[in-house]
Amino acid sequence: MRGCLAIYRRELLILKKKFFRQLASMSVGPLLYLVAFGLGMGQGVQVEGRSYLEFLIPGLVAMSSMTQAFAIASEINIARFYWRIFEEFQAAPIRNIAYVTGEVLAGTTRALLSVAVIILIGLLSGVVLTYHFFFWLAVVLNSFLFASLAVCLAMVVKSHADQALLTNFFITPMAFLGGTFFPVDRMPLWAQQILNVLPLTHAAKIIRSTAFGSAPDIFSYLLLAALGTVLFVLAFLCVNKAKE
Amino acid sequence: MLVLYGRTSLTSRLSRQQSETVTDFSLPNRDTGHPLSSRDSQSMIRLENLTKNYRAIQALKGVNLQVKEGELFAYLGPNGSGKTTTIKILTGLANPTSGDAYVHGHHVIKETLEAKKQCGLVPQTINLDHELSVQENLDIHGRLFHMPSRERAARIDELLDYVGIKERRNSPIKHLSGGMKRRVMVARALMHAPKILFLDEPTVGLDPTIRRRIWSLVKNIQQSGATIFLTTHYIEEAEFLAERVAFLDEGRIVAVDTPQNLMARLGVWALDEIVNGNMETVFFESREAANRHLVEQQGGFTLRRVNLEDVFLAVTGRKVAP
Repeated sequence: MRGCLAIYRRELLILKKKFFRQLASMSVGPLLYLVAFGLGMGQGVQVEGRSYLEFLIPGLVAMSSMTQAFAIASEINIARFYWRIFEEFQAAPIRNIAYVTGEVLAGTTRALLSVAVIILIGLLSGVVLTYHFFFWLAVVLNSFLFASLAVCLAMVVKSHADQALLTNFFITPMAFLGGTFFPVDRMPLWAQQILNVLPLTHAAKIIRSTAFGSAPDIFSYLLLAALGTVLFVLAFLCVNKAKE
Repeated sequence: MLVLYGRTSLTSRLSRQQSETVTDFSLPNRDTGHPLSSRDSQSMIRLENLTKNYRAIQALKGVNLQVKEGELFAYLGPNGSGKTTTIKILTGLANPTSGDAYVHGHHVIKETLEAKKQCGLVPQTINLDHELSVQENLDIHGRLFHMPSRERAARIDELLDYVGIKERRNSPIKHLSGGMKRRVMVARALMHAPKILFLDEPTVGLDPTIRRRIWSLVKNIQQSGATIFLTTHYIEEAEFLAERVAFLDEGRIVAVDTPQNLMARLGVWALDEIVNGNMETVFFESREAANRHLVEQQGGFTLRRVNLEDVFLAVTGRKVAP
């Protein structure tokens, strides 16, 4: 436990040092999407009986919690390949599970911070949604899943370039196709079948439904929790492997 | 005249001293690098038939070694000889392919957490958190080693004073010079008061003044009771610091003994001379013997004291330094 907290504290210290830069970087993307898609393209458009801006904000929450949780992979890569601090963790008397937990917690914290930024931007744009327990549970599950995936992939890659490649192949397509900007059920059936396999589609669905005050889909929660657990265990195994 | 340092005659002299795998340069009552009993409580480091393969490359080929408590032990060899691999196995950064390694009696794989608690590591490359300050780096290390808050604070004060960078405690690492970073790394490795300090090429890339400052620091640490395992390819560093030396060549230990004993096998004085366009070295027991030889000398020469480089060259036919 203390090892996990040490790892988490280190990530928090780094986040604190770069807080305003991080905050700015977390705000720029959502702001651009809001202006381009929400205020520009989506003006006057209604989706599922709501304004496009109202539809978009929960989608951005899902997307941003995914990208920010996954961004912990970059921090791990910098620590591993550039500063070589990973060696310091490996030489410490802490279990690999503590390392993974600390990094996943850090990824989840970053994700929650970015979600807070989007909610604030939404409020400033006049969008008032419901942010109750099940909304936050969905955000946490989504962040946990992608932070675990981030640790897993950060241990597998051999360089920064590999990491960028994985982001381009996994995260960017999911960000655009996972029900963030449009309802998945408007796609052709074959595309829907593919998109429904993506965890972000489920995350966007439950984040949106809870933000709109509807009953959450328990299956999506269970799916995110199960997949997150599998990825967490995989991350642990990958840390063991990365030792060599 | 003791021995001609030319490649052929050198080999013939050494062949008399060589065992099958390890040159018997050790004192009779010292450890010669043979497998040791796991019940030997005095040894702080024990390697038993240790091998490590990186795919097709055999980095370590059955290394046997023992380092005693309080000893300053130097592990010498050229780049790629297996020095860092040995340290990585001992500090839990790599797993051996076969064989056993013990740190203060703890098996590095079976009791990995206990073994890691005994070790402080100063790796070859600087691996400090550049975004964080000196104090924060040390504090995180203390947390990783489960030190209570009050103990961490006191230890940071003590160590920063010890390594002479107390005034830079709040400076980010990125603002420190190379020498200061090395000292922070030493302080960090000492944070949890390890029983064994592993120094992997601690002075590589540092200027001579700072190198000597690090040497003094290492000597002080040893005098405080720690066991030090040092790898280096700076011969003078090993001569100055080490009580005992092991020469590692292509994954095998080829000689283990005190620097004095190793050098004494060759003589006291070494004469480098050019013979038929090749440099050869001749060893002498006394200055007078060397002078007698010099009377017949035609070309250029250098007369100097025998050093560990001569020993390594004698054992392997290669130089330690790249």
